[in-house]
Amino acid sequence: MTSTTVDPGDAREILLSVSSVSKAYGPVRALDDVSLEIWRNEFFALLGPSGCGKTTLLRAIAGFEDLDGGSITIMSGEGPDAASDDLLALPPNKRPVNLMFQSYALFPHMSVRKNIAYGLEREGVARAEVAARVSEVLATVGLEDKASSRPAQLSGGQKQRVALARAIVKRPRLLLLDEPLSALDRKVRAEMQIELKRLQSEVGITFVVVTHDQEEAMSMADRIAVMDGGRVQQVADPVTLYGQPANVFVAGFIGSGTLIPGVIDGAGLRALGRHIPIADTRGLAGAAVLMLRPEQVRLVDSGEIALLDGEVVETHFYGGSSTTSIRVAGLDNPVIASQPGAPVHLVGERVGITWDSSSSVLLAVGP
Amino acid sequence: MRSLGWLRLPLIGAFTFLYIPIAVLVVMSFNASKVPFVWTGFSTRWYGELASNDLIREGLINTLIVAVGATVLATILGTLIAIGVARYVRSSVLEAYSLAPAIIPDLVLAIGLLAFFSLVGVTLSLFSVLLAHVVFGMAFVAAVVIARLGQTDPSLEEASRDLGASAVATFIRVTLPSLGPAILAGALLVFTLSIDEFVVAFFTDGPSTPTLPIVIYSMVRFGVTPEINALATLLLLVSFTIVISAQRITRLTDAV
Repeated sequence: MTSTTVDPGDAREILLSVSSVSKAYGPVRALDDVSLEIWRNEFFALLGPSGCGKTTLLRAIAGFEDLDGGSITIMSGEGPDAASDDLLALPPNKRPVNLMFQSYALFPHMSVRKNIAYGLEREGVARAEVAARVSEVLATVGLEDKASSRPAQLSGGQKQRVALARAIVKRPRLLLLDEPLSALDRKVRAEMQIELKRLQSEVGITFVVVTHDQEEAMSMADRIAVMDGGRVQQVADPVTLYGQPANVFVAGFIGSGTLIPGVIDGAGLRALGRHIPIADTRGLAGAAVLMLRPEQVRLVDSGEIALLDGEVVETHFYGGSSTTSIRVAGLDNPVIASQPGAPVHLVGERVGITWDSSSSVLLAVGP
Repeated sequence: MRSLGWLRLPLIGAFTFLYIPIAVLVVMSFNASKVPFVWTGFSTRWYGELASNDLIREGLINTLIVAVGATVLATILGTLIAIGVARYVRSSVLEAYSLAPAIIPDLVLAIGLLAFFSLVGVTLSLFSVLLAHVVFGMAFVAAVVIARLGQTDPSLEEASRDLGASAVATFIRVTLPSLGPAILAGALLVFTLSIDEFVVAFFTDGPSTPTLPIVIYSMVRFGVTPEINALATLLLLVSFTIVISAQRITRLTDAV
């Protein structure tokens, strides 16, 4: 993971506050009492399945969606001069934020240079300064030789760079990016992930990215808000999201793993007709779900002491590592175990499954 | 491309039926004889007579006044309707209503307008013809522009707003340029429809200001003269030029 470590003192400075924001389309609650804070200079991701409300929230911050309730404020100035501005009171063209559209929305009748200069010209910036700033940003995204091309003559990756240049040349306090990589093919996408991250630290602008791709969010963002059904499920850094998901939805959405439902019983979980010891029940009671990540699961030969046992149904070898799927009676999905090197068990073989009971995570069920 | 085979026959038949009369008309406009359809030699005499015919010249001027005025008004109103229907209201009922005048039979439109004009006390004149042509012209412009709006990315306008442009600046700098070719194609369409429109003009025009199609109609009642052939040839030339330029313009837009 390439995420840069930000000085925690600096990172805690709030830039944008979203509080109790709601929006309904008829009976559908696109945003349901959403509150979150975005810190200055961080790379923030809004992650969730389609229809979870992430794009609605992004468009509301940009000014293209009217909200039913709640407030969004942005800080201006730094240190003692800091003041908070009500973002919702401003029309989209007066907000100190810019949005990079999923379709890039480059003006087809203008050259790359004119596209990038458009925002500065509308601000009334002097001609000489416009020219200088456009040239500077063209160099940042590496498109000096395409300045006089039309958007139709550019590749997908180049269009994306122009859209990014057009937004950052305005030096917004906050840059919003709607599915910035979804229109690119796989190889270019991987390059642009690194490129976006580099640009963000280079230009020092706070980025908020909307994505449905958890790998993309995990590899780029400093912090991620996982959304579902118009609600924020959890806001945390990628490592915490993976290791300590707040609920069953987050556990299932981020990474892969096995969820074992059961009922808390003393210092363990009663599930699959047996008692599974849990090191820390985190004060939970009643119904709960145990989450096992593939790398926590260890396989032992049948007959040795194990917490569960089952039959190997599938093995996959990826060169450096391999995964083994084990069907356990009573579980809908097989338990997945990953280990370094080649798989050691054969399909059809009976194996024991065990794990360090202090590393497994217990999740509450329901509200 | 696959060969058409025997399907070539109806194609050739249809084209022959369509273009032979037009070819005859063009050839006969250069006939020296006064008797139509008997060739006696090449002459441009009828084009000369055409220029000195006061009735035709007045008719042409009246037609141009109506066509230019109707084109300008219909283009402005049709474009506004298209943007409103496609970007703001998104009502299929309203869209159907705004495109209907292009489909309603001319006769119905003509009689309806005549009844309306006499009801509200508008004197029939070139002005009432102009208004009548605006009614259906607007619908043709709206149809062309709505089709174009369907192909353009609505986030272009949002991007312009996002970059700091006011609503008016966005309309002038982003919306209009991306619709420009469609608007021009719509305008040319209205112009060609208006210059040879007969039915609606016949019902809504005043008796002292006939438009060219009405002048021609009153002339051919006494038989087709070679002069009419010459006039029709000129009209054909104008329509062809406009249709071909409209096609070229739309092709340019599609290339973007």
